[in-house]
Amino acid sequence: MTAFFKRLALLLVTMLLVTALAFAAFTVIPADPTASILGMNATEEQIAALRAKLGLDLPLWQRYTTWLTDFVRGNFGTSYRFSMPVEDLLRPRVEATLALTGLSFLLIVAVSLPLGLLAAHKEDGLLDRLVTVCGQVTMSIPNFILGIGVIWLFALILGVFQQKYVPPEDGLWAHIRYLLFPALAVALPKTAMTVRLLRGSVLGELRQDYVRTAYSKGNAPRAVLVFHVLRNAMIPVVTFLAMTIPDIMAASIVIEQLFGIPGLGQMLISSIGNRDYPVVQAIVVIAAFVVVACSFLADLLYRLMDPRIGGR
Amino acid sequence: MMLEVENLSVVFRDRRPPLTAVDGVSFQMGEGELLGLAGESGSGKSRTAHAILGLLPAAAEVSGGVRFQGRDLLTMSSVERRQVQGKDISIVFQEPMTSLNPTMRVGRQVEDALRVHTKMAAPERKTRALEAMELAGLPDPERVYRAWPHELSGGMRQRAMIASALVLRPRLLIADEPTTALDVTVQAKILDTLREINRKEGTAILLISHDLLVIRNLCTRVAVMKDGRIVESGPVDQVFQSPREDYTKLLIASRPTRKKLQGGGSHG
Amino acid sequence: MRRHNWYLRLGCLLTAVMVMFSLVGCFWTPYDPSALSSTDRYAAPSLTHLFGCDSLGRDIFSRVMQGAGTTLSIAFAVLLLGGTAGLVIGALCGYVGGAADALVMRLCDAVAAFPSILLALVVLAVTGPGKRNVILALGVLFIPSFARLVRGEFLRQRELDYVKAARLAGVRELRIVFVHILPNTLPVLLSGVTIGFNNAVLAEASMSYLGIGVTPQDPSLGYMLSEAQGFLMRAPWYTGALAGTVILLVLGAGLIGEGIRARMGDGT
Repeated sequence: MTAFFKRLALLLVTMLLVTALAFAAFTVIPADPTASILGMNATEEQIAALRAKLGLDLPLWQRYTTWLTDFVRGNFGTSYRFSMPVEDLLRPRVEATLALTGLSFLLIVAVSLPLGLLAAHKEDGLLDRLVTVCGQVTMSIPNFILGIGVIWLFALILGVFQQKYVPPEDGLWAHIRYLLFPALAVALPKTAMTVRLLRGSVLGELRQDYVRTAYSKGNAPRAVLVFHVLRNAMIPVVTFLAMTIPDIMAASIVIEQLFGIPGLGQMLISSIGNRDYPVVQAIVVIAAFVVVACSFLADLLYRLMDPRIGGR
Repeated sequence: MMLEVENLSVVFRDRRPPLTAVDGVSFQMGEGELLGLAGESGSGKSRTAHAILGLLPAAAEVSGGVRFQGRDLLTMSSVERRQVQGKDISIVFQEPMTSLNPTMRVGRQVEDALRVHTKMAAPERKTRALEAMELAGLPDPERVYRAWPHELSGGMRQRAMIASALVLRPRLLIADEPTTALDVTVQAKILDTLREINRKEGTAILLISHDLLVIRNLCTRVAVMKDGRIVESGPVDQVFQSPREDYTKLLIASRPTRKKLQGGGSHG
Repeated sequence: MRRHNWYLRLGCLLTAVMVMFSLVGCFWTPYDPSALSSTDRYAAPSLTHLFGCDSLGRDIFSRVMQGAGTTLSIAFAVLLLGGTAGLVIGALCGYVGGAADALVMRLCDAVAAFPSILLALVVLAVTGPGKRNVILALGVLFIPSFARLVRGEFLRQRELDYVKAARLAGVRELRIVFVHILPNTLPVLLSGVTIGFNNAVLAEASMSYLGIGVTPQDPSLGYMLSEAQGFLMRAPWYTGALAGTVILLVLGAGLIGEGIRARMGDGT
């Protein structure tokens, strides 16, 4: 239990560090945001007034603590470009990103678990070889090329997919059906990696002595796999899956842009282009939180699944 | 005869050159008998035991005959063989550390054979498991039932293995170097427990060991293996007092320095 | 074993071809990659224009060569920067150990936990786009993964006998680090380099595709892909040629890495 709290404390420190970095990075940026807000012809007084209004004239540490407490309270600052609270700007976008990420994650799990188990069950069989070769190729394709491929195949050739974002207000099912295609482009490489990891993990476990014990009790091969091997083999896979969530979100950045999905990724790209730093800052901190939370989750799941560690 | 092993051979075709691990072994065991199978590591004694239960890897080619209660275990289908495994014949392995599943509570592993072979409900399974654990000499079975394998000592783990092998009261228990990985005082207690089980339940025990003293301690008959063949067999006292083969003499003489043999004992 | 060699061989062959193709593309292309031609707009692949032409009549084969050259030079520069810095930091941390090592590694863990594209985007948001900034951003972000890799290997090697012998013989510490241990970490480093190469190509391509990477003056494969996507319907061969080039580049390095890892796993 102490290890658990130690871990939690470490995460808090990491979060503090990341927020400080995110704050510092966008505070020491050379370009003064007042110029982009007021334009080239602003007077000295106008600039000074705006600087005071934005709190740019206070000492750094004070600006950081104010910014951090505001951030924790859910006040992410004001967008330079849209002149509205960043949290209001991001709220509708979080939904789209969450939906895409969640759907991709489900796809990865739903496809890779059975494939990995089947491939390991018949080592060097036809399916195993097929999965290994396809996996190697799939892992070599960047998400956005997969995305272009998905558009080309499903929208232009087969015509089963309209290249226009369907918001959830137009019906949940239509929304999910639309997101399925970009999710495919996000999920494929990770699916290949998960299949490979699970296959290797199962094959490694099948060589363990306890498997021989299970067979000696009269267990059928399938029962050995499901009741005895699966939990042990899943320990590294579950950890990997938890750690993969940030990668899925990173892949969605590109995919959102490609498919025109109004999510956090698209917002991030346009804000970088517009030098809308409060928005970039907020998205970076959210991403950092996701990364830290997922690494905590991975650790927690590992402890839950492996009794040799969980007890301590 | 309960068990008749006839001209049993095991060849590993995947090795280059092909490895003959067991080379025409024959022996018999009666109901409730205590037979020891002795030999150095690599002599083929463990492979013989694993061949009887059908636990060798697919690459191993097994020939000859293994008749158990009149049925040939080698020619029966895998489904039929699974009905014998863990029910009529059970096995205890050498390494109690790795032979138990690290992520399954001890109780569930003891019950495993019950889940495979019977349609018992959970409470009944637990009662039977606790009985078996008591028979295997585990103190405080209720607590051990809920424990994880890593929470037990080596000796306790081996007793848990024995309990899991006994839960369906098999007619034959194969003990493959059951005490080699344990220290001497625990060794003696485990052997006492095995003797108890034989006396109470009438379970025949095939004890495999590189250590002739361990075999003498428990068994009435012994067969000595070398290079995949049985070179000498007979009543344990007779073999011990007047060994015919030089190899057997060597095995007896090597007893004080048995550390040397311990290392590779698992392949014996 | 045979299959692993096959991985390595195919990977080397593929990489050699792709690197040659890209290197030549840095200096010479069959046509001027930016020469416009109104008669050749959307020309389909033919013998004169191997991969056809784009919306402005530019020869796609030449453009792919040029783009591959840019992408490859960025990837190599990133590897050189991140690899060298990571090597030195990792080697020192691994050899020195202690509090400095713990601190640096904690920092590396924090950076490595983030998807590299995300961090690179943020860095570029601050520094602005351009080839040099892309190299700097990715290069710095690649330091931690190399440092961790080298450090782990150093920790292992440090305890081996040949290092202890060198220390006893009075060899200077820095000399031990860079002359004695470093060459032995090369196989591990090499496999890391193949992964790093792939990540560099993928990250650069993604960023340039998003319009936050290279500027139009030196178009890379990713930048061209964002152009090509606009006329996916009329000239799918443009996208195809670019995508194919990226995939083959990554696949080649991936296969080499796979081959090296398999070879190390075999202990040969």
